Order: sequence, then structure tokens, then C-alpha cells
Amino acid sequence: MSALVQPTSNQTAGVPDPWITGAEMLVEALRSEGVEVIFGYPGGAVLPLYDALYECGIPHVLTRHEQGAIHAAEGYARVSGKTGVVIATSGPGATNLVTGLADAMLDSLPIVAITGQVPTSVIGSDAFQETSIISISTPITKHNYQVRTAQELPGILKEAFHIASTGRPGPVLIDIPKDVANASGIFDYQEPVQVPGYQPTIKPNQMQLRKVVSAIRAAKKPVILAGAGVLHAKAHESLRQFAEQTQIPVVHTLLGLGGFPADHSLYLGMGGMHGSLVANMALYETDLLINIGARFDDRLTGNLQYFAKNAVVVHIDIDPAEIGKNVRTHIPVVGDAGESLKSMLDMELTPVQADEWMAYLLQLRDEYPFWYQQDGTLKPQRVMEIVHQQTQGEAVVVTDVGQHQMWAAQFYPFNGPHRWVTSGGLGTMGFGLPAAIGAQLGAPDRTVVAIVGDAGFQMTLQELSVLAESQLPVKVIIFNNHSLGMVRQWQELFYEGRYSETLLSNQPDFVKLADAYHIPGFRVEGEEDFARALQAGLATDGPVLIECRINPEENVFPMVAPGKGIHEMVGVKP
Amino acid sequence: MNRIVSVIVNNKPGVLNRVTAMFMRRGFNIQSITVGATEAEGQSRMTIVVADMDEPDIEQMMKQLHKQIDVLKVTEVTEQPMVARELALIRVHSPVPTRGVLSTLIDPFRATIIDVGVETVTIQSVGKPEKVDALIALLRPYGIKELARTGVTALSRDSDTVGEVARLQANTLSL
Ligand SMILES: Cc1ncc(C[n+]2csc(CCOP(=O)(O)OP(=O)(O)O)c2C)c(N)n1
Repeated sequence: MSALVQPTSNQTAGVPDPWITGAEMLVEALRSEGVEVIFGYPGGAVLPLYDALYECGIPHVLTRHEQGAIHAAEGYARVSGKTGVVIATSGPGATNLVTGLADAMLDSLPIVAITGQVPTSVIGSDAFQETSIISISTPITKHNYQVRTAQELPGILKEAFHIASTGRPGPVLIDIPKDVANASGIFDYQEPVQVPGYQPTIKPNQMQLRKVVSAIRAAKKPVILAGAGVLHAKAHESLRQFAEQTQIPVVHTLLGLGGFPADHSLYLGMGGMHGSLVANMALYETDLLINIGARFDDRLTGNLQYFAKNAVVVHIDIDPAEIGKNVRTHIPVVGDAGESLKSMLDMELTPVQADEWMAYLLQLRDEYPFWYQQDGTLKPQRVMEIVHQQTQGEAVVVTDVGQHQMWAAQFYPFNGPHRWVTSGGLGTMGFGLPAAIGAQLGAPDRTVVAIVGDAGFQMTLQELSVLAESQLPVKVIIFNNHSLGMVRQWQELFYEGRYSETLLSNQPDFVKLADAYHIPGFRVEGEEDFARALQAGLATDGPVLIECRINPEENVFPMVAPGKGIHEMVGVKP
Repeated sequence: MNRIVSVIVNNKPGVLNRVTAMFMRRGFNIQSITVGATEAEGQSRMTIVVADMDEPDIEQMMKQLHKQIDVLKVTEVTEQPMVARELALIRVHSPVPTRGVLSTLIDPFRATIIDVGVETVTIQSVGKPEKVDALIALLRPYGIKELARTGVTALSRDSDTVGEVARLQANTLSL
């Protein structure tokens, strides 16, 4: 049984008072859920909650902005597989969570967000710091609740953790009015969760899977597209076995990276806008596309008219609404990726007869690797190679959004799961640094490297405070190209080089900035300098910041231009 | 042809907002929506009418509805044996001498005059939406002063309407 009560002042001698406040219930629930860390920021409406948290024993990380708190919770959730918890006050505290909620919604991350609210008696009166976070967050949460009485709080908390972490994970928000946090009720956390309207299908339909298996037998050009659903289901091992037994090659989505070993002979790399040529050609020419836990995002598919146009499409997804949403699907399978793979492994799987297909793909893979040309400047791609080398490919790599994100995805191959933290669906600049904080707390024994652009870094750089304060050994690597690189690239390629508001002329001194936060900083302009700085950084116990001066004109290639088919890649060779 | 979807939801604050927010976000257009009590306590029925759309779109709409945690059951009733009814209140310009004519006119529709004023009468009509449309068209030449339609509410004739949702969950989505 969970610790039911903390002794309260009005208890009679010896008999614990079962009545506790809403705020105390929150603490009890967090304990029962095994919450290891809370990210948050206090304010008027959450004073009762913060009072209950004081000396409660659950570590709290005070980020310097609520957006930082929720991205940290996301980073934590991504590497640990556990639910990230964030607390913010009403009004501006709650609205500062919005970007992170939307980000977690699109990338299916389990988050429980607690917001304070003005007292129930004044809800609707435009009270000080009142905002309708329920209305605001409805389209960007898996579910949300406004608690009306303390008595319903334990049930809601339990339900929220259940909904956030099961099925297709996602953010759940609980809005707690101040008077509810102060009111008392009986804490009962034993009741099993019952949500009649929420019954995710975990076990797949066996008949559908048998159809998949027979489609595999008939296929000449099969390919597996593996998304983050594989990682959520912790199904990487089953995926490897399935690919090996059927001899079907594997393409990853951006968010799926690490689900299948990058050094495997069946691995074709990442597909999509900046994916590998071989991955995209496989998706273009395949006659059997087996999508496991990916949602056919447009950055992956390119122009849908050309995507897997001759293929029988299998889509295995725990969320039935993803099936058939973007790509017509011939064999839908609703269920958990791991359960589905295991079921198929129990059926008779034989290697596909696809020698020609494999020979063709392997030739493309050899002929069109990711590339860059040494030109005397510090190459961001080379920086990623050095990071890979020095961390033996074992680091947790967290990125922000932009060109550096794509270089990291291209030049840091992952051989294992839960090491890649990036904002895929929403593409949120400012995600990287706070997410790295959460990732380090979720994987305390791993090396965490944050790869950020000079612009995105400046959106949440105040979180350097947290790195310094908690001495989290995150290695922050800034790719300084003095521009909003990815947007500048599009202006170069599609807007005749009219660099409208994408060149940053007045940059701060990033090394001095690090110094101001009591973090050692290095500025490097050459490859050897970088290798030395990183080596020194990795040898340090605490955080380090390395600013890499890279060529402002560096572009990410290869590329599927917007509106083009996935087979129409440009920049595939030097 | 319009599509009619019957949705059983938890009767909780904010549920209507959740459903309409989903329609707006996903770009589905609602023609009419009615919400009211059902036989079960704590549950409401929404009857949502949308313009005809392609099969994949309607399927996506139903799945998105079903994904809402407060949605318990989703059934498309357009093609099923069902009863769909709408109520309209129509205030028509009607000086006393024309009232006899008006009365005969609305009689075949089983519409009734429920309020009488000096210059106008108010007619109540209940029926299939097409019938209400026809009556309105017929009354228009007299001068319609005010019009209120409730939107359609519907029930399957067959009480066992879980078919659609069960089908979605059993992985046997139509292709
Ligand atoms: C919050 C937010 N605003 C705007 C964008 C659009 N955007 C995408 S990439 C990018 C440039 C990022 O520049 P930087 O952080 O320096 O990274 P780089 O592309 O140069 O590596 C911008 C502005 C975004 N993704 N997120």
C-alpha cells in the first residue's frame, strides 16, 4: 500500500488522520507513481503545491522558464521511458507550457503537466493570472482535466498517469484550482483505473498479421519502415529478429533512429527530406512497405503521389487513427509494435526471395553515402564524426532544430535505442538544451551531448543555470553559423538568396556567456581544436560548452525539395 | 448526401468543446450538431451531420472522434436503418385573410401553427430534414420573418449499433 498519510496537525494522538489536502494528495500520488524528478516553476496559484513539495523528498528541478521545464520532462521521458512530470503556475506559467505540450503531443511523449488555477469561486471572472488552459490545451494534449474538488484528485491523478503512459503515449494536463489544493479529502490510490472511453488495442489481430506474413512471401521488393513506435514499445530486439528472419531491409524515420542497429547489414539509414538516397529509393520502389510505428509524416513521405506508389502497404500502429490518414493502407494492424512483431516471429517466417532488390539497394548504399567536402573550414559533419568517435557511439545525443539536427541524424549512427532525443513533429527551436537536462537526469550514467544551433540555443539558453547549479555533465556543442541556418538554406535554394531576417549580425560571445553561468567554455575554429576541446570536455565531470565556428554557407544535403517526390533527391553527391 | 454520425459521450463539462475543437483542427465541417440526454445516466448523444465526404475522410473523422477519451461510441447511421428527425420553428408573414390558405398548405406536412400574432403565425414542423426543407421552400413566398432549426437528431432502428466501433477496433478497417 502506498504511504497513505502524512501526519497533519489536526490529528488525534496516535490515529493518523486520513484527511489530507489536495496538495498533499498530489505528493502522495507522485510517490505512488514512483516519480523520480519533477520539473517546474512556482507561482501564486501553485503555492500550496510547492509547500507540500517542500522537503517531500522528490527532487525538483527549477528550470528558468516553464518551456524549459516541459522540454526537460520530454527529454527525461524519451531516454527513460518513464512519464515526465512538470508543474507550472496558472496564467503565464500555464501558457509557457503550450509549446512543450504541442511538442510532446506530436512526438507521443508521456507527460503529466500540473497547472495551478485561480480558486474555483473566481474562475471565469478574469481573475489575476487566470487563463483557460483547458481550452488552450485541448487540441495539444491526449487528455486534460480541471479538478473541481479535492476528493476527485486521486482518481484523476491516477487516470492521468495511466492515459499518459499507455497506448500511444502523450501529454495529459491537470488544472488544479488553488482552493482545491487547499481543501481536504481522503486519499485513496487503490482504486483501479477504469476509463470506458479509453481502451487501447495492444494485442494485434492475428488474422491481419497472417496477411502480412503471406504478403512477405509474395514480395520482391520489401522494406520495413520503423518509427518511434518501435522504441516506445521497447521492441528493438524483436525488430532485429524480424528483419533478420525475413531478410527485409530497414529504413528509419528521424524519430525512430536507434531502433535498429545502424551498423547492421540490413540497415538502409534514415528516410525523408534529408535521409539517405538508398532509404528513399527503397521507399519509392518497394512493392511491400511494412510500416511499424511511424505516422507517415510529410517530411518523411515527400509528395504523397510518389510515395511507395506501387506497394502493398502494411501499417502497424497502436493508434488506429494514424492508419490510412496519409497513405492508403492495404493491411492495417492495430496494436503494439512489440506484440505485433512477437506474434509474427511465432508464425512461419522465411527469408524473402529478393536478391536482386538487395543487390540494387546495397549498391546504392555504397555509392551514395552521406557526404561532405573538406574545404578548410570546420565541417559540422566532421564535428559529428568526431563526437561519435570520442563517445564510441554510446552517447545520448540531444538536438535542437535546424541544420545541425540533420547533420547529427546523418553523421552520428546509433546502434542502440533511447539515445536520440530530438523534436521531430513540431520542430521546436529551443528544445535542445532543456531536453538535454532532462535526458541527463533520465540517464545519469550516460554521456549526454547537446547539439544546438546558435539561434535555437538563444531561445532557451537561460537553462544553462540548471546545468551549472546541478552540475549536470552535459556537453553543449553550438554550431555557430551566424544564421538561422535551415531557413537561410531554403532562402538560398528557393528564394534566390534573399536572406530575409535569417542572418545574425550581433551574436553574443558564447564563451563569455558560458563563463557568466560558471560553465567552462571553448571556442573552436578547426577540427583539431574541436577534438581537443571535446576530449577535455568529456574528461570533465561537469557541464561544458563548445562553440564551433562553422561556415555560414554550409548546407544540408541530400535533400528532397518541398513538393517533390521522395525519388527526386538533389545533392546526392559532391 | 449528408452523413449522419451518432456519438455517445460522457456527460461532462467541456466534452462538446473537445469534439468541436477536433472538427475544427482536422478541417471537418459540421453542418449541424445536436446534443442531448440518452437513456443512460451520465451519457449524452451527439448527432453530427457533415457534408458528404470520401470514405477515407469519414473513416478518419470517426477514428478521431473515437480517440477522444470522453467518447464512448461512434456510429455512422447514414446508411443504416434509422430514424432522423429535425424540428423547425418558422415565423411567417401572414395577415389574417391568408391564414386559411396557410393552414391547408402546411397540413400535408403535419406541421402545426403554435403561435398566432397580428401579422405573423409561427409554424412548428417535425420531420426528416428534406421534409422540413420542402416546407420552408413552400412558405418562402409568403415571407419568412424568422426561422430556427434544431439540426438533426437520429437513432438507429436496430438497437445494436456498436458494429462500427467494434469493426474499427478489430483491425478490419475497410480498405
Ligand atoms: C520556435 C521556432 N521558430 C522558428 C522555427 C523555424 N526554423 C526552423 S530551423 C530554423 C533555424 C534554426 O537556426 P539555428 O538554431 O541557428 O540552427 P541551424 O539551422 O543554423 O543549424 C528556424 C528559424 C522553428 N523551427 N521553431
